[in-house]
Amino acid sequence: MKLPLSVKAALLTVVLLGVFLFIWYLATLPVERATTANDEYAALMGKASQKTSGLPTLTQMGEVTWQHLTHPFYDNGPNDKGIGIQLAYSLARVLSGFALAALVAIPVGFVIGMSPLLRRALDPFIQVLKPISPLAWMPLALYTIKDAATSSIFVIFICSLWPMLINTAFGVASVRREWLNVAHTLEVSPMRKAFRVVLPAAAPTIMTGMRISMGIAWLVIVAAEMLVGGLGIGYFVWNEWNNLSLANVIFAILVIGFVGMLLDFIFARLQRLVTYEE
Amino acid sequence: MTMAAFLAVEHLAKVYQDAQGRLSEPVFEDVGFGIERGEFVCIIGHSGCGKTTILSILAGLEQPSEGLVIMDGREVVGPSLERGVVFQGHALMPWLTVRENIAFAVRSRWTARRRAEVLDHAQKYVELVGLEGAEHKKPAALSGGMKQRVGIARAFAIEPKMLLLDEPFGALDALTRGTIQDELLRIVQATHQTVFMITHDVDEAILLADKILLMSNGPRARIVEIVVNTLPRQRTRHLLHHDPQYYRIRNHLVDFLVERSIRMQAADDIRSAPAVVSPGLARDDENGETTSEAIARAIV
Repeated sequence: MKLPLSVKAALLTVVLLGVFLFIWYLATLPVERATTANDEYAALMGKASQKTSGLPTLTQMGEVTWQHLTHPFYDNGPNDKGIGIQLAYSLARVLSGFALAALVAIPVGFVIGMSPLLRRALDPFIQVLKPISPLAWMPLALYTIKDAATSSIFVIFICSLWPMLINTAFGVASVRREWLNVAHTLEVSPMRKAFRVVLPAAAPTIMTGMRISMGIAWLVIVAAEMLVGGLGIGYFVWNEWNNLSLANVIFAILVIGFVGMLLDFIFARLQRLVTYEE
Repeated sequence: MTMAAFLAVEHLAKVYQDAQGRLSEPVFEDVGFGIERGEFVCIIGHSGCGKTTILSILAGLEQPSEGLVIMDGREVVGPSLERGVVFQGHALMPWLTVRENIAFAVRSRWTARRRAEVLDHAQKYVELVGLEGAEHKKPAALSGGMKQRVGIARAFAIEPKMLLLDEPFGALDALTRGTIQDELLRIVQATHQTVFMITHDVDEAILLADKILLMSNGPRARIVEIVVNTLPRQRTRHLLHHDPQYYRIRNHLVDFLVERSIRMQAADDIRSAPAVVSPGLARDDENGETTSEAIARAIV
């Protein structure tokens, strides 16, 4: 069979998904009781002659998914809000923390990239601060900011900062010597050089940093919201675990995955927009 | 080397410092020459003799360790819009189209001009190098020859007092090189541009240059001879090889590159002003040697 690679890949994906769902189906099949000794008891307990494992069946999963997708924005008080509302809160935190980080990291990275002196002077700080898990900052943030929601934004800020800072500095420092020479021989002003030569030349590297940052931020927000509580997709997962509603947990996990993919897709597009071919 | 020359280069030397602060032997030293307004000067020498460094100093991108460069009565201390540079690797900005690359230079030269005027001006130079139809392409979509044309157009577009070309056709195939040489010759003849150009190609030098500077090998390279191109100025690539002068000049240059540049280096205790020779003219003694060759022989 002569099928294009993309079609073959798509078919294989569908098959693998089918296999996975089938295993799920088998794993959650009702288990028939071997003995009939407890039939009376079972009768007393209603239809409980069958025992299921703790995992939801595919039908249950489908029902839950349908429920969420048809009513994403319902609001029944503090601990019962639609998945859409939870997502919106998480996204708002991620985007504001990310935007703040970009506002700091890109200009600072630019200056570091331009100045070998600053690069060397700030390197020890960056090397020490970079590997710290952003959640380790949480107590300090809660103590100083005294507001849970703002603290989670701070945590996003701190985790998005480093990849953008490092990539911007690297991108700016490695702008080709000949483009700078062109700018010199044309007596281009420093500001014009920064925006018309260095920025477009370093843009692909900077955008890569932003893409990495966004990926990390989306990973971290779930953990941060589990800690902080209140609202958001991370808190939703934790809350449903406390409710022992695994169907809801699984649904939330899938939503986190899809949103993460979407964010990455957007940044991949932006990256392609600023990438130049040499 | 008269002070009256449009561009005067005097006693130029370049010494590099290594990481420990030790000074190297000078790459070149006591380099001096002059270029008149409207003159096309080529410099030939083996790799490593510091040709590109000399060009960078003329451009103001590098500082000499000794000596100075005076252009039009003023010392060259840094880069300037008065000197347009065509870089070896074309150095186009890959995120800009052909016309935007040229417009970037135009905008740098005339900062107050309106956008439409800048683009018109850039378009004029796109057409000058025969790139109509490609003005909206990015450099990556162009052939090597086309890229170098854009580089030339960008340098011409700022209407500099002097043009500096660093081996602009080195990376091109022979056919393309010929075409662009013709174009450069046509533009230079039309605009009476003053040009300083590095080349490895003897034929290119003979076609384009009025004067050819010969450099001995480094370290301690010098300009040892100035060859005056006595071929008529209205020359073309197709007719060049019909002129008997062409072969005399060509042999002279090739001899220099193959043999004498090395012997000249060995004779580096001799510090004299470069000899000015005209090998294209008929031989002036019975041995078939020009006076300057006789002098050179006497030196060695």
